[in-house]
Amino acid sequence: MFFRDRYNLTPRDLERYLGEALCRGGEYADLYFEYQATTSLSLDESLIKSASQGISVGCGIRVLSGEKTGYAYTDDLAPEKIVRAARTAAQIAAGPGPVEPVPVNAETGLHNLYPAAGVALDGDLLAKLALLQRADQAARACDGRIFQVRAGYADENRHILIATSEGRLTEDFQPLARLSVLAMAREGPNIQRGMDGGGGRVTLEYFQTVRTPEDFAREAARQAIVQLDAADAPAGEMTVVLGPGWPGILLHEAVGHGLEADFNRKKVSAFSGLIGRQVASPLCTVVDDGTMPGRRGSLNVDDEGYPTSQTVLIEKGILKGYLQDKLSSRLLGAAPTGNGRRESYQHMPMPRMTNTFLLAGEDDPQDILRSVGRGLYCVTFGGGQVDITSGKFVFSASESYLIEDGHLTRPIRNATLIGNGPDVMTKVTMVGHDLRLDHGIGTCGKEGQSVPVGVGIPTIKVERLTVGGVG
Amino acid sequence: MTSVASQVIHRALQTGASDAECVFAEGEEFSANVRLGEVESVKEAGSKALGLRVLIGHCSGSAYTSDLSAAGLEKLVESAVGLAQITSEDPCHGLPEVGELGSVGADLDLFHEDVRDLPAEEKIALAKQCERAALDLDSRITNSEGGSCSSGWGRRLLVNSRGFQGEYRRSLCSVSTVPVAQSGEDMQRDWWFTIGRSFATLEPADQVGRRAAERALQRLGAVKVETKRVPVVFEPRAARTLVSNLFEAVSGDSIYRHASFLAGKLGERVAAEGVTVVDDGLLPGGFGTSPFDDEGVPTRRTLVIENGVLRSYLLNSYTARKLGLKTTGNASRSLAGNPGIGPGNLYLQAGPHTPEQIIASVQDGFYVTELIGFGVNMVTGDYSRGAAGLWIRNGELAFPVHEVTIAGNLNRMLEDIEMVGSDLEFRGAVAAPTLKIREMTVGGK
Repeated sequence: MFFRDRYNLTPRDLERYLGEALCRGGEYADLYFEYQATTSLSLDESLIKSASQGISVGCGIRVLSGEKTGYAYTDDLAPEKIVRAARTAAQIAAGPGPVEPVPVNAETGLHNLYPAAGVALDGDLLAKLALLQRADQAARACDGRIFQVRAGYADENRHILIATSEGRLTEDFQPLARLSVLAMAREGPNIQRGMDGGGGRVTLEYFQTVRTPEDFAREAARQAIVQLDAADAPAGEMTVVLGPGWPGILLHEAVGHGLEADFNRKKVSAFSGLIGRQVASPLCTVVDDGTMPGRRGSLNVDDEGYPTSQTVLIEKGILKGYLQDKLSSRLLGAAPTGNGRRESYQHMPMPRMTNTFLLAGEDDPQDILRSVGRGLYCVTFGGGQVDITSGKFVFSASESYLIEDGHLTRPIRNATLIGNGPDVMTKVTMVGHDLRLDHGIGTCGKEGQSVPVGVGIPTIKVERLTVGGVG
Repeated sequence: MTSVASQVIHRALQTGASDAECVFAEGEEFSANVRLGEVESVKEAGSKALGLRVLIGHCSGSAYTSDLSAAGLEKLVESAVGLAQITSEDPCHGLPEVGELGSVGADLDLFHEDVRDLPAEEKIALAKQCERAALDLDSRITNSEGGSCSSGWGRRLLVNSRGFQGEYRRSLCSVSTVPVAQSGEDMQRDWWFTIGRSFATLEPADQVGRRAAERALQRLGAVKVETKRVPVVFEPRAARTLVSNLFEAVSGDSIYRHASFLAGKLGERVAAEGVTVVDDGLLPGGFGTSPFDDEGVPTRRTLVIENGVLRSYLLNSYTARKLGLKTTGNASRSLAGNPGIGPGNLYLQAGPHTPEQIIASVQDGFYVTELIGFGVNMVTGDYSRGAAGLWIRNGELAFPVHEVTIAGNLNRMLEDIEMVGSDLEFRGAVAAPTLKIREMTVGGK
């Protein structure tokens, strides 16, 4: 109802625009209306140095004709501007077509995954500022060696409306909030940093009850202090144990991207043609689930108007399926999985992950550590990246420990881990019972588009992985 | 639009701001992707938006909007002024001094009409030609992620309450392709591109395609090597990432927060002799060129590292005040928030050695053509990234290597730059020639 109330956009208008989009005979068209209001606040040196708010509005129009896509957008929702964009996108199809309205009907029975659905995150700026000030105080109070703290709060209230020439009309209101804290510790000339953050499709209440600014601050400060005593990372192949939660970025990079349907449709992924084949140890079941309430990667509907779902990518080591968007599912004759996502109305949708995780196993996390003679235990990571064609992926451990004779002996400095997607999961020999999802900090980039995602993993043991330290 | 921006400033001052700065950006884009000879997608659109930063004394607030209606602009002003009322007083916040404002008069060669006017069919043809040349080079090029042609042009306008008013237009176009090479089970991709401010300055599309294909082919049969410490040579595409790392390390924000391994080292030796790094915002037609920065300060040429000695940080007016220095005209902002810092054309100056001479100087070492991942810690300089490339044996490129890491510390790596190549060229705002680093750890088996 948002676009009807604010922009007087009626179903009749949508039907007319869709008709215009198909005026050259395209086979499918969709309209993506977006209104996004953002707030961003940052604290540095105990001062609120930056506060900003913004509004962006627009409509993206897509026309599919065979394997071809025409795309146009406008940031002006005046009818003549939308019609012009629709006719521009229509040019992708070569023929004449009927210019007649395409009927649409509102979809019903959608997920309801966000708490206090419809309650916007706007309003109480002072309450948001207070979160930053609390984080600053808590981090500084942790340890006298913490000398710099930066904290940031950002939220967005996104309203979307999607109308397709197949007649589906979907609306969603997608709130998203994130709090992040960076702490720096100093001991003589030795300076180290620690970072933590989290949030999701939540209200401010989340930061009062579920994870507080103090939680984030203490975690960031703890990491920075630990790093003060860290030794150089080793180099070469060794056993790696990943702790639960955010280290799930391994799955995101090693297998997730390689299972996005666009790459597989084009046969440029290292996983192309491997459906039904063993790509992981039988201990591994990997799932992408956009339906987890309140999660950063969750959505009631994807950006093509399909409900999100739970998709099993790998079941007991066997590759089961891909993450689909409209175009790929149409060309591959597969069912949509609700993974068609885009950064904004200015971007074409493509298959993307939501929340990607490995199901829990049966091992005790302590037993996993005890089983390692010499190796690395990684608990916190920075970002990662993958070359989907060769399958090579990296992710950077920002907090890790040397394991010697089953015990953690000392913290290790930053090191990048590198492996090969299609075989790293075959080297998983133990899976803990402690599955955890990350706290809601992840942003995934693909072809220049960023979208929020979640990852998760229980403690796992990877028999062999290359650790990129200085030796 | 100048009058709209001036009105917004005027309105902000009326509403309680003591200073205000308004930036208006508009642009249009056209891009075409082709794959295996067929058009895959065509995108065409335009957008515009306004950003406003206000100061109430030394408190700052900002807002942006794409809604340029009277109501939208009123809300913009209200929002920015409201935010400035809740932020902290910070004596370093403020617009540049009147005497610091200004714009470079010379023609900087930033806009060419052909980027806008070349018909869509011809742009699509360039993408096809580029991909075709890659596919035709060798039978082992079996697939492609596609070829593309992107073009964009736009206008940026900045007005502030201290009398600055300036605008400039820019155009940009590029042609690229991502071929896939295959040999048995082994599949490798690589990419190449040409970029310019006019289609007239682009390299021939077929030449770009062939180069991309050669790069993908040379990766076939790549192996993982033993872990060892060896000399590492960065080809220009990889070497420029080191200059990007250096940019972060010398930008004022990292310096005043002690978040850089170069903080406090002005005047000290931080790199090998023979290493000179320049930030030049005035290079005609450059990808980082503009007549003024995002605070209305004229851009300039700044010597960052001179023969190994750190001569200057890169600053905007906020970080200059924090550090008791002068702005270097490197303010950079999106429509939202306070200005950050951006490079002009930042490059490591070419040296005396050809790339062949550099490779010939290595008995046993690694020639890096691609880096992936984010394993660089600016605070400590710790460096560890995923890499692919070619192994150098007895002064020659011997065989392809992948699934390895290279690790070191940026501090040390800068001091260990043993040879600087003569092959500097700009394919973006940041550039470097081939570089040889005395020793790093290559992590493999």
